[in-house]
Amino acid sequence: MADTTLFDDLTAPEREAFFSTAHEVSYDDGDRLFDEGGPAGYCWLIRHGRVALDTAVPGRGHVVVQTLGPGDLLGWSWLVPPYRWHFGARAIGAVQATAFDAARLRALADQDPRLGYALTRQLLAVVLDRLQTTRARLLDLYGDAIPEDSARG
Amino acid sequence: MTQAIIEGLDDLVEVLMSDGYQVVGPTVSGGAIVLAELADAGQLPAGWGLETGPGHYRLHRREDDAMFAHSAGPQSWKTFLHPPRRTLWSTDADGSFRPADEPARRYALLGVRGCDLAAIGKLRDVLGGGRHPDGSFQDRHRALFVVAVNCTEPGEVCFCASMGTGPAAGPGADLTLTELTPTDGHRFLAEAGTDAGEALLARIDHRDAAADETDAARLAVEDATHRMGRAMPEMDLRALLVGSRESAHWEDVAERCLTCGNCTMVCPTCFCTTTEDVTDLTGDHAERRQRWSSCFELDFSYLHGGSVRSSGESRYRQWITHKLGTWHDQFGGSGCVGCGRCIAWCPVGIDITEEIGRLAESAHG
Amino acid sequence: MAEPMLPVRYRVVDRTVETHDSATVSLRPVDRPLPPFRPGQFAMLYAYGIGEVPISISGIGDDGTLIHTVRAVGAVSQALHDAGPGTILGARGPFGTTWDLDEADGNDLVVVAGGVGLAPLRPLVLAALGRRAAYRRIVLIAGARTPDEFLFRAELDRWVDHDDLDTELTVDRPATGWPGAVGFVTEPLRRLRIAPERTVAFLCGPEPMMRFSARVLLGAGVPDERIQVSLERSMKCGVGLCGHCQLGPLLLCRDGPVVDYATVEPLLVVPEL
Repeated sequence: MADTTLFDDLTAPEREAFFSTAHEVSYDDGDRLFDEGGPAGYCWLIRHGRVALDTAVPGRGHVVVQTLGPGDLLGWSWLVPPYRWHFGARAIGAVQATAFDAARLRALADQDPRLGYALTRQLLAVVLDRLQTTRARLLDLYGDAIPEDSARG
Repeated sequence: MTQAIIEGLDDLVEVLMSDGYQVVGPTVSGGAIVLAELADAGQLPAGWGLETGPGHYRLHRREDDAMFAHSAGPQSWKTFLHPPRRTLWSTDADGSFRPADEPARRYALLGVRGCDLAAIGKLRDVLGGGRHPDGSFQDRHRALFVVAVNCTEPGEVCFCASMGTGPAAGPGADLTLTELTPTDGHRFLAEAGTDAGEALLARIDHRDAAADETDAARLAVEDATHRMGRAMPEMDLRALLVGSRESAHWEDVAERCLTCGNCTMVCPTCFCTTTEDVTDLTGDHAERRQRWSSCFELDFSYLHGGSVRSSGESRYRQWITHKLGTWHDQFGGSGCVGCGRCIAWCPVGIDITEEIGRLAESAHG
Repeated sequence: MAEPMLPVRYRVVDRTVETHDSATVSLRPVDRPLPPFRPGQFAMLYAYGIGEVPISISGIGDDGTLIHTVRAVGAVSQALHDAGPGTILGARGPFGTTWDLDEADGNDLVVVAGGVGLAPLRPLVLAALGRRAAYRRIVLIAGARTPDEFLFRAELDRWVDHDDLDTELTVDRPATGWPGAVGFVTEPLRRLRIAPERTVAFLCGPEPMMRFSARVLLGAGVPDERIQVSLERSMKCGVGLCGHCQLGPLLLCRDGPVVDYATVEPLLVVPEL
């Protein structure tokens, strides 16, 4: 698994168990991996290509809220009830990924709490990073020189 | 170098004026010692003394007639070397830039204390010693004739001894005077420090100094060393200030400091300026002017719609850190000469030596 | 003697609109030219009757033409931004430190630009492309708020296709009809496979963007002295005489604007320093 350090914390048997839920997938440009509101059945580790997370905004069409690339984990709504996607995902160009079966992952985690905890921590790290970059984007650093929130004398 | 006794300063002032110098010295005006251009030595503040303390400055009449028995007034000699306002250049519609015409000035500074002499040296490092020196400053500095005075009457806010700048004036002055027997006329021990000083001394009335006179002078200055009003705590100030960037103490100072900037105005080494670009009403003629600026000004650090340093804490921290700490990194040496003006002229009496003491306590406590 | 505060006349010979608030002006000397500028340096540009501000060069013509990309954020920059061909401006310089490419020979170059931070980095990228064989991989990550707000868009699009350069453009704001990346610059940066022992990084943009990007690079093991940033502070003189551009012990007109992260990291984390 040379492409990512994501699972370095797991022991070899744990990694093996985790990857036992996996299979390789590929998508063509424009293929939708999932739709907003749909059942969250998988999580993906992107190997090659770019995936856009989007949502439909009336009057604006499908707005891309973030793009993910090689080494990124896509999808974590599978871990938290009601296990439904918050956004949609679409392949931009050809995409290759490893898909993990969410139901089997949840069963594994229930059986082996240590593995479950390691997986959750790993996911949390990914979510944390996404939150930080989202906050950085919220700062609108490249925006107007005099932001509305700054105090003026 | 020659040491001699001179009686009174009339001769000295006259000769300097006849040589084309504008002689500047301390005078009494508006209840303070004010540096002004002298017409003769009679304008010097003979018989005036000073009472100083944090936020306190009072002139009083002495019982003797000492000419220099007072410490620093609110201005410093930087007014004459690095003026509060000057025009840099002008331009017209054709766009060509013309440097401002500055009349050649030759100042003779009479009565420069050790602290102020050191301060002139520091201004020279900053304004004249970099890769892009200020030509106007260099011209004024080069044309100076400096008559220093060894302090025999330190003030309560003075701490030059602990900063290594006094009470004896350091090297570099053309002439250095020490006042003797102030009740019996005005007698000075004069020591030449440069060839120009030697040459001038030779042209005024003087006699050889007797051994007891040179001794008396030396003792008076040594004695002054032990009568300093205060002292800067002895420690690595640069390191202390680096370590104090996030000290809780800044909040404490900020509760007192008005960010009025008096300290920067009276400080003999504060050099910050700002530029102002102006046009006349027709818009055909534009000028750039330079004026003194202060790191306490709210927009001193203005960037992208706001100031980097807007809180009082950050602005006080900037001032004291620059003066005692980062000056070492930027120009070598300390920016403070221990004159104590900032203590006397702070309306709330903030004492830079005390603040350092408290920062040190905060750091080690 | 040369008075450091006296500008020389430069005439605008070309003006290109970059975005809704940025334009690139090309300047040629009217009388004598200023000494040659190097990547990372800045000029103090004067708009007649209005004022003077520091602007980094965004290009250096072979013939001594100075190229500056100006974002209109205040009275002076608005005037410089609006200056059309024929306008006479005042210029002083070159001032400041340069991007240090010398230490980067034999290394991967990672260039991260945020918003108008791309302007001071452009001469660096061009210089590196001009000596391509001296470096291993050259990566450019450029972030903008929206697809319309990239500077040098046509050139950037060419760089995306350029074999000598790995370019990723990314936008902060959610986008429609943009085939590129959507995310903060640290996202493609984190995806890079970095060989820390042979990487030199060059960052320019808003300070938080540089801090966040530096953190990613440090996390990947790049030594802090091999991360270079370009900083900005208020400048009135540009020549170390006015005191405004201080950041702790540094006078940014003289010790910057390009500074290595090892020197500057402890300063950037102190609020209001």
